[in-house]
Amino acid sequence: MAGAAPTRLSSIYGWLLESKNGLGLLFMLPAAAFLLCFLTYPLGLGVWLGFTDTKIGRSGIFIGLENYEWLFDDPIFWLSVYNTLLYTTVASVLKFGLGLWLALILNQHLPFKNLFRAIILLPWVVPTVLSALAFWWIYDSQFSIISYVLMNLGLISEPINFLGDPTNARASVIAANVWRGIPFVAISLLAGLQTIPQSLNEAAALDGATPWQRFTKITLPLLSPIIAVVMTFSVLFTFTDFQLIYVLTRGGPVNATHLMATLSFQRAIPGGQLGEGAAIAVAMIPFLLAAILFSFFGLQRRKWQQGASD
Amino acid sequence: MAPVMFRDVRKSFGQVEVLHGVTVDIEEGQFVVLVGPSGCGKSTLLRMLAGLEHITSGDILIGDRVVNKLPPKDRDIAMVFQNYALYPHITVAENMGFSLKLKGAPRSEIEAKVRPAAEILGLTQLLGRYPRQLSGGQRQRVAMGRAIVRDPQVFLFDEPLSNLDAKLRVSMRSEIKNLHQRLKTTTVYVTHDQIEAMTMADKIVVMHDGIVEQVGAPLDLYDRPNNLFVAGFIGSPAMNMVTGKLDPDNRAYFVSGDGQRLKVDNPGDAQAGQELICGIRPEAIHLGGEVGLKVKVVEPTGSETHVIADLDDTEVTCVFRERISAGPGEEIKVTVDPTALHLFDANGGRRVSA
Repeated sequence: MAGAAPTRLSSIYGWLLESKNGLGLLFMLPAAAFLLCFLTYPLGLGVWLGFTDTKIGRSGIFIGLENYEWLFDDPIFWLSVYNTLLYTTVASVLKFGLGLWLALILNQHLPFKNLFRAIILLPWVVPTVLSALAFWWIYDSQFSIISYVLMNLGLISEPINFLGDPTNARASVIAANVWRGIPFVAISLLAGLQTIPQSLNEAAALDGATPWQRFTKITLPLLSPIIAVVMTFSVLFTFTDFQLIYVLTRGGPVNATHLMATLSFQRAIPGGQLGEGAAIAVAMIPFLLAAILFSFFGLQRRKWQQGASD
Repeated sequence: MAPVMFRDVRKSFGQVEVLHGVTVDIEEGQFVVLVGPSGCGKSTLLRMLAGLEHITSGDILIGDRVVNKLPPKDRDIAMVFQNYALYPHITVAENMGFSLKLKGAPRSEIEAKVRPAAEILGLTQLLGRYPRQLSGGQRQRVAMGRAIVRDPQVFLFDEPLSNLDAKLRVSMRSEIKNLHQRLKTTTVYVTHDQIEAMTMADKIVVMHDGIVEQVGAPLDLYDRPNNLFVAGFIGSPAMNMVTGKLDPDNRAYFVSGDGQRLKVDNPGDAQAGQELICGIRPEAIHLGGEVGLKVKVVEPTGSETHVIADLDDTEVTCVFRERISAGPGEEIKVTVDPTALHLFDANGGRRVSA
């Protein structure tokens, strides 16, 4: 490199092209630029806005933690935190239980197995807004098909007020979210189930295990690494859910279904308080980090997974 | 320990019948090998004995119980799978004691049964390891250990050596046989490898296309195969088959299609002039004599010399004790032992010679 003593610029260029690391750096640039523009910048901007009093149409100034102090005394914010945790916990538990159950059924020898698997995926394929609109109609206070059927069966005398009553509304949005989230859990766990050799179950059956023991002592432990991945993703999706709530209830009635994501949007865009909205969004980060940490430990290779493969 | 009996056992998958009535008696303490080419139904038969496959018709007895409807866990059997089927998430010791733990045995009892089994199999050092950390042969031994701990009435082996390399296979073969001689538990062993069958079995059941072709002690099968299939399947290198007929004028001679005359000492029921297939074991051909062979390939193994040569237009394999130096294309003179010829009916392949 030094021998020909070219200009400094061309020597850097030459080093980039000839060194293995230099070339690697060069190839990473597009990806790095992409990440900077579309991930780091919006995230950084969001965090920054949370420390300012920016409103729509007026660039704000740095106000430190004032937004957070304000939120700390805001009962609606705390209600949204409570709602989000409730929504995430109940929906995730239901999705896990029902998804695992579905996966176990689909793992059996069924006629038309592939057809069923395709049908299971439908709720996942339909755009959220579209399915949310369908649920909106199903939950309509006058024309709900559920109320209609139950009334015709004589079980109830007047339509159920699905989205008008706080408890009903919470249950309804959770049900809709579960309906939408099950396919992901079920299909992923099904893929996991199919990696468990049939002979393990047969060996356990010969060893005297009942079907329940085979499930708890063989299937579940062997599935646990995949459960950890799937449920981490499921929790992250649920915690940050926005579309379903926004279409179905917009956070109502009386903020009973306001999640942190919807509250953030409502304060920031329709309410114009960009800084405050950003602060709510930033407040979600610790929860998401906790979920990721949990999965980090959950995802670590178990002791039995280490060592040579087959 | 218990005898096992198959009585006209049939199995259909949908419309297709894969086992066409199997009847086999296995005596108490016997080591029986089910052998046959892939798809002959041997594994299906074993899985039916284990209770992993439904029995379409017929009866299977373990001891004096008909076990047709019994779930696997109540049959008092232990099975070693081809892929070992070790539980990957628990240690070797836990794998071996799994069945006892399921029964709710106290830890001391599990320990007391696992340890001697581990000692028999040389697994004592490995008890704390996970299956992934073991070599193929060690996994195989753990699978056997898991079966031993059960102390079952019958051991079942489903092609247990086919995932091992050739050298390990030979040593595991003798290890399994040794184990059987020590424990004396009735054993049913499935393999497609006739050498495993010959070396390990007290009794071999040769299966083909869902029927039992012949049942017998290894050397009986080798010396007196009932039909062409068994003749060709048992023995390595395989028996040579020469088509022809018995001399119409002299029942003491077999005449090949190409006109070679071979002396036969025991033509049995064969009619003069009957169309036959003559089976000649490679070691029944000796150097020196009247029959001319055209050498194609010479394979020295050290202890023996294998020669692949043409007897007129039929390719035959010979095994000689002597080392020979004939090259390809040369002719060697041999005799065929007249007492060691097997004659089979050309139609149907049934044995006709005595």
